[in-house]
Amino acid sequence: MLVSLAVFIVAFTMGGLNYVTTVLQARTHGMTLMRMPLSIWGIFVATVLGLFAFPALFVSCVMMAFDKLIGTSFFMPAVLSLGETLDTAGGSPVLFQHLFWFFGHPEVYIVALPAFGLVSDVLSCHARKNIFGYRMMVWAIIIIGGLSFIVWAHHMYVSGMNPYFGFFFAFTTLIIAVPTAIKVYNWVLTLWEGNIRLTVPMLFAMGFIFTFIHGGLTGIFLGNVTVDLPLSDTYFVVAHFHMVMGVSPVLVLFASIYHWYPKMSGKMFNVTMGKIHFWATFLGTYAIYLPMHYLGFLGVPRRYYAMGNTDFIPDSAQALNANITQAAIFVGVVQIIFFINIFWSLKFGKKADPNPWEATTLEWQTPDNPPAHGNWGEKLPVVYRWAYEYSVPGAKDDFIPQSVAPEDVVMNEGAGPYVDRSEEH
Amino acid sequence: MNLFRAILEKPWKQQTASGLPAADDINLITPPQKIALLFFLAVVSVMFGLFITAYFIRMELDDWRPMPEPVMLWLNTFVLFLSSVVLQWTHNMLKKDMTKQFRVGLILGAILTLGFVYGQVTVWGQMQSEGYFLYNNPANAFFYVLTGIHAIHLLGGLFVWTKVIFKFWSGAEFEELRLSTELCALYWHFLLLVWLVLFALISYT
Repeated sequence: MLVSLAVFIVAFTMGGLNYVTTVLQARTHGMTLMRMPLSIWGIFVATVLGLFAFPALFVSCVMMAFDKLIGTSFFMPAVLSLGETLDTAGGSPVLFQHLFWFFGHPEVYIVALPAFGLVSDVLSCHARKNIFGYRMMVWAIIIIGGLSFIVWAHHMYVSGMNPYFGFFFAFTTLIIAVPTAIKVYNWVLTLWEGNIRLTVPMLFAMGFIFTFIHGGLTGIFLGNVTVDLPLSDTYFVVAHFHMVMGVSPVLVLFASIYHWYPKMSGKMFNVTMGKIHFWATFLGTYAIYLPMHYLGFLGVPRRYYAMGNTDFIPDSAQALNANITQAAIFVGVVQIIFFINIFWSLKFGKKADPNPWEATTLEWQTPDNPPAHGNWGEKLPVVYRWAYEYSVPGAKDDFIPQSVAPEDVVMNEGAGPYVDRSEEH
Repeated sequence: MNLFRAILEKPWKQQTASGLPAADDINLITPPQKIALLFFLAVVSVMFGLFITAYFIRMELDDWRPMPEPVMLWLNTFVLFLSSVVLQWTHNMLKKDMTKQFRVGLILGAILTLGFVYGQVTVWGQMQSEGYFLYNNPANAFFYVLTGIHAIHLLGGLFVWTKVIFKFWSGAEFEELRLSTELCALYWHFLLLVWLVLFALISYT
């Protein structure tokens, strides 16, 4: 496993260089960095994080593999295993934890940042409103990316590291909540007075706002050393990270798959099945993870298959656990609906309109649907504005694609000529 | 490419009549390959930086026994330095359109690099014959791992260099060769620098 991880990291580095170079050097005319859709910003910054965080995993993988295979003692202390003393001695497991979490925490944002970007685009499109505070959104992505490298030891409050470290890392951890909260406010404000279309992707995107706020708030609990110590290694932690980085990005993933499905496949998915999939997943998820917070407060530890005689845990915890298991099985089974929908629609779905959501970004303006090889044919599109030109007063359509020249925008009679104020955000 | 300036830009303030920003910021002056390489060098620096950090932390624990440095490492360092110089020279010869010298440089650079790697392997042999095995002590383990990872990076570079040689044989464009040799030379200088840092680290601790 260590070797395959190392190979994966080498491969990711190669792929990541491709992403970064493409975003920096291969944009089309007019597509300045500050006109890019937030999806691309999220993927770009996440890739940069990946490039600089994975080496820590690589380093720890290499040294761990040597410890396991050759008997070096980079990390391995003297170990008594099944009554036998292993050959290793003197290594530092805390050193491994530092290296691992120096990778591990940015990894959380490698998962989250693309989701932040994608959900911004889905919310804006289906609320028919420009994203609130575009520049602030970009800066928040960059600031979160930067801060994610100096919060890693908040995973290690109980590892036995120097207690003063905890002081510093609690501080940085709570600071990272600021740009994250800005993003949440901006998503909510994007919905404010929007012309919300409750499509399947929109449902998932709005579900994300709920689960993310929920998981984010419990993160503020756990970021404080004094609160974390009693809650460490309990179900509260399980509930927190599943809400914030398990369920939330997965909901965005579903939102994105439904949103871009007509473009990728040229077919429309079944809306009823999509809605059933959403409600079962969203409510089912709450049925799994909400009770876990209470189990955590009771002090139920994670990773144990049986509790034995533990007086502080009442018997009712068992009833709750059984309930969580039922909910988890239910949510798992419901996902079959999603797969049936995706594969069934691929073959029998209605032919999709090239731009069914009336979106502004470039991929919806391709000459073929789904896009043919090379996407654009002979001539590359030219970008004239940002990706969020929705509901412009006086314009005939409620969206103006990025690639439509200002003089080609059709206005209502008597509305006067189109003035591009799109980027005064 | 100034990322900081780019994210502060207000595109609407410098717009022309066509709706395109006055300074269309697709930067064609820096080739994409160079950006990719610079990012890669940054990634490799982070990796070696983390190894060195781990080295310092592990050094503090009380079972660390420093290891003597074989004299041959000085010779290897010199060979690596030469290979770096030769690659730069090869690149300069290409720019001056001196094909004969360029051809010599291509082969000489590869040979010197292989010489360095061979030298490192020989040092490993010497160490083992003197009883400094990988698993005896963390200091030894770090020595083998650091030199090994560095050598692997150099061999990776050599793979690319070999591709340049093939490109030259199959009559590639001047511009393509110029870029390839420039980037290879840059990579070799970088790995020389990394080696000097590693060598200093091993020598002084």
